Amino acid sequence: MRFLLTVTGASLLASPALADQIKVGVTIPELDVAEYHKPYVAAWIAKEDHSVAANLAVWYQLEKRGSDEGETWLKDLRQWWRRAGRSIEMPKDGLSGPTHAPGAHDMTFDTRSGPFADLDPGSYTLVIESVREVGGREMVNVPFKWPLQAGQTLMAEGETELGAVQLALISSID
Amino acid sequence: MTYKFGKTLLLTGAALLLAGQASAHRAWILPSSFTLSGENQRITVDAAISNNLFYPNHHALSLEQVSVTGPDGSNIEMEDVSTGEYRSVFDVPLVQEGTYRIGSQGSGYFASWEEDGERRRWRGTEEELANENIADKPGVRISKNDRTNMTFVTLGAPSQSAFTKTGEGLELASGTHPNDIYAGEEVSFSFTLNGEATNGVEIEIVRGHDRYRDSEGAKALTTDADGMINFTLEEAGPYWLSAEVDGKAMLNGKEISSRTSYIMTFEALPF
Repeated sequence: MRFLLTVTGASLLASPALADQIKVGVTIPELDVAEYHKPYVAAWIAKEDHSVAANLAVWYQLEKRGSDEGETWLKDLRQWWRRAGRSIEMPKDGLSGPTHAPGAHDMTFDTRSGPFADLDPGSYTLVIESVREVGGREMVNVPFKWPLQAGQTLMAEGETELGAVQLALISSID
Repeated sequence: MTYKFGKTLLLTGAALLLAGQASAHRAWILPSSFTLSGENQRITVDAAISNNLFYPNHHALSLEQVSVTGPDGSNIEMEDVSTGEYRSVFDVPLVQEGTYRIGSQGSGYFASWEEDGERRRWRGTEEELANENIADKPGVRISKNDRTNMTFVTLGAPSQSAFTKTGEGLELASGTHPNDIYAGEEVSFSFTLNGEATNGVEIEIVRGHDRYRDSEGAKALTTDADGMINFTLEEAGPYWLSAEVDGKAMLNGKEISSRTSYIMTFEALPF
């Protein structure tokens, strides 16, 4: 069961003086299976028509025995592959990253540069897709309205291949 | 070499030798992957004529007419080619990004006539038809068969060059790219016959693994005036599509009946 939780903080002090950061949290669950491979994970911002507004990260086997064999399985991130991956020359700076072990992994993005900088106000979905060799696949969606409000934290939970997914706006004094 | 022929031609025992297989048998070319990522990939392809999709249980598909065309239009050589009793197998190295076309396109003739009080049936090429003076047989009836058996495979992003029209027979002309089909999303295909959009083309779509269900659950559709069909597949999996249309062809200035068919395998991915 996926749920969506909105926490609106008391602080509504958003002003140009603040350097806003977006935190995207992805939890990879620990799985008790005979053969475990760290999952391939893609994170992106989808528009309402499912097209990609911004790519955030792709974690995959960057090199295998000196070749780029790891790219062979990128298509198994099949929504990301369809929406973005097949049109991107991989590896790509700022997007490609190695696979991650089970646990909570946070990414932060500055709202004034990087993938969130060019988002027009509107409705979007944070999509996290995870697929594991000889394992399963899962996608978790976190719908949100841009711009996020100060202190706002949105959360969703995966069932099988993903744990908690979090999208939050963190303000700090510049 | 044998495809889904018209039933009427196949009703007598003598026809079996000539026409090979009965109409329940389906020809197909099935790649190990339809969509690939990375560089220097390779697929293995099965080709057979079978009762069930996609289990080779009747006859291998001859690879004589099968070719592979790369995204740039060049011919790609098949590797590790083998034909057994029930299926043919070959590998295709994929280096260029884009969509590959794998299959055969060909035509042949059927003829039947009375000779020495016996019904004679004949099948062959246009050249054989002329060499054997088939058109001069007593009371001869000749019909033409144009058939295409295709599949499409994409490395990287799908490309359109694989759908360049030849203007011959039935062709998938436009619409949804066959390597971009997802369960629950509407698909549209438009077909051309000899280069022209044609209505009344009868389409049958069957999901694979039919040997594990009581009913094959074929979807039957007919193209509209724009040569178009629209459908939504509820289940992901490999699919077999057959398009067929009857018409007329000319032979030595005489009108003969013709049947044109197009077979394609594709997959619908889960959303």
